[in-house]
Amino acid sequence: MVEHRPILNIVTHLVLILGILIVALPIWITFVAATHDEARMLQAPLPLLPGPYFIENFKKTLFGSGLSGTETAPVWRMLMNSLFMAIMIAVGKIAISLLSAFAIVYFKFPFRMGFFWLIFITLMLPVEVRILPTYEVVADLGMLNSYWGLSIPLIASATATFMFRQVFLTIPDEMLESARIDGAKPMRFFFDILLPLSRTNIAALFVILFIYGWNQYLWPLLITTETDMTTIVMSIKQMLEAAEQSPQWNIIMMTALLAMIPPVFVVIGMQKMFVKGLTETDK
Amino acid sequence: MGCAGFGVAEKEIAMLKRVHFNKTWLPFMLVAPQIAITLIFFIWPATQAVYQSFLIEDAFGLSTEFVWFENFQYLFTDEIYLNSFGRTIFFSAAVAFISMSSALVLAGFADRVIRGATTYRTLLIWPYAIAPVLAGALWVFMFNPTLGILPYFLDFFGYDWNHYLNGGQAMLLVILAAAWKQIAYNFLFYLAAMQSIPRSIIEAGAIDGARPIRRFWTLVFPLISPTTFFLLVINAVYAFFETFGIVHAVTQGGPANATTILVYKVYNDGFVGLDLGGSAAQSVILMIMVIFMTIIQFRFLERKVQY
Repeated sequence: MVEHRPILNIVTHLVLILGILIVALPIWITFVAATHDEARMLQAPLPLLPGPYFIENFKKTLFGSGLSGTETAPVWRMLMNSLFMAIMIAVGKIAISLLSAFAIVYFKFPFRMGFFWLIFITLMLPVEVRILPTYEVVADLGMLNSYWGLSIPLIASATATFMFRQVFLTIPDEMLESARIDGAKPMRFFFDILLPLSRTNIAALFVILFIYGWNQYLWPLLITTETDMTTIVMSIKQMLEAAEQSPQWNIIMMTALLAMIPPVFVVIGMQKMFVKGLTETDK
Repeated sequence: MGCAGFGVAEKEIAMLKRVHFNKTWLPFMLVAPQIAITLIFFIWPATQAVYQSFLIEDAFGLSTEFVWFENFQYLFTDEIYLNSFGRTIFFSAAVAFISMSSALVLAGFADRVIRGATTYRTLLIWPYAIAPVLAGALWVFMFNPTLGILPYFLDFFGYDWNHYLNGGQAMLLVILAAAWKQIAYNFLFYLAAMQSIPRSIIEAGAIDGARPIRRFWTLVFPLISPTTFFLLVINAVYAFFETFGIVHAVTQGGPANATTILVYKVYNDGFVGLDLGGSAAQSVILMIMVIFMTIIQFRFLERKVQY
């Protein structure tokens, strides 16, 4: 702080606390809704303070059959689906991006720049602008309702490739020279030198991509029709629809809470990696 | 290829390690997975979208006719589409403005804090982790006309809230949910930008007698303008393409199309209305917009990443 201004200091903390309260309000209301029973959640005004039913709702939601009157998969199953999808997307993106960045930085081969631009173009083609034809391709390949269909079409990544390319470019040439003198073949060099040196970047990227994968919505909505393959994020929408007939807000909000806990936990628990990943990939 | 178009030096693009391998088949194997996925799930569907945008299918899906730009012509005379276009621009501008200005204020104050700065940051960034559709669900619950907490309080002021009937309220709700989720991202980038300003500049301003607010507007704000511009593009992309889940959860485009933004319309016309040609033409228009935004992002932003 440049100068001493006691009043401004108080204002600073007040504004920040107010900001936090506004940002946290929707989450607080969700949490409170998840701690009351069904009957209480049907009387206006809704409570603003937590009730005693958290554990009961938790058990009912996680191990019960979801909302009564709807045909959704059990919530634990949906959490597993989301977890598989998020991990497959994150690991897949990192793996194929590491390999292509390695090829582009360390090899001289025909069409090298052509491949580079082809990867670049994926930046300009988000799922939203090609939904129908991409759906058709996945359907033709028989990948609907599978983890492969959920993850593989999303794992091409220009940003990850560019990031690893930057990382590799900062690694001194002497590394490769000495590795060669020691007789290391390309893949040996990749696994023994490049991978360990990019460890923190891989971790930072994993945090960002895990959240990206977990929060996918439009794509799973299109390609999963079987309730067994539903992801937790998708199920909220189905529950909201069902809520128009039989509102069980305690269960719906508990599901919402369960759906946001893993990514929020990752952001808070790995905050340093998260900030690094976010600012280095810029998206 | 059109690399010059991105304003990047050829030399840098061709960047290759001085010491490198000269294998003939290995590099192809290495890029193969990425290239295969790109071709099958990105390039091919995109060309299909372009091709389909030139076709009209009859009502029974029995025959298709190649019609050149008729689908596009139709879109640009279709009042519903044009309204949706204008609405999307309004929506994006509102989301970007609300989200960026609140993030700027919070970052400006957080930058002053020495003790507890990380705690504030932690408590402000986690909405980033929440999926758009979940953000929508939380806001629609808070604003539920019969049960929600906020309509209950609004009622005391004699204000009647029902976003199922009132298009303006529905739009406001979607904007709030979308802006709320994006504050975290904007806050992080603004805070990082402010923290990278050398303290000596701010101190010089203070010695010259500028008070904190004046220092903010005459020193800090101009110095972080590259971040503002970068965030504008990112927020526009976010509002255009990543808010599908919010609209789907909160309003489903209604009431009476009041919240049908372009991305929602592509989905709705394609998957619900089964108008393949029309939906494909809309996809192509969106594609042109993403290409445009990506070029702006890379050409004018001189980011840390150099290609």
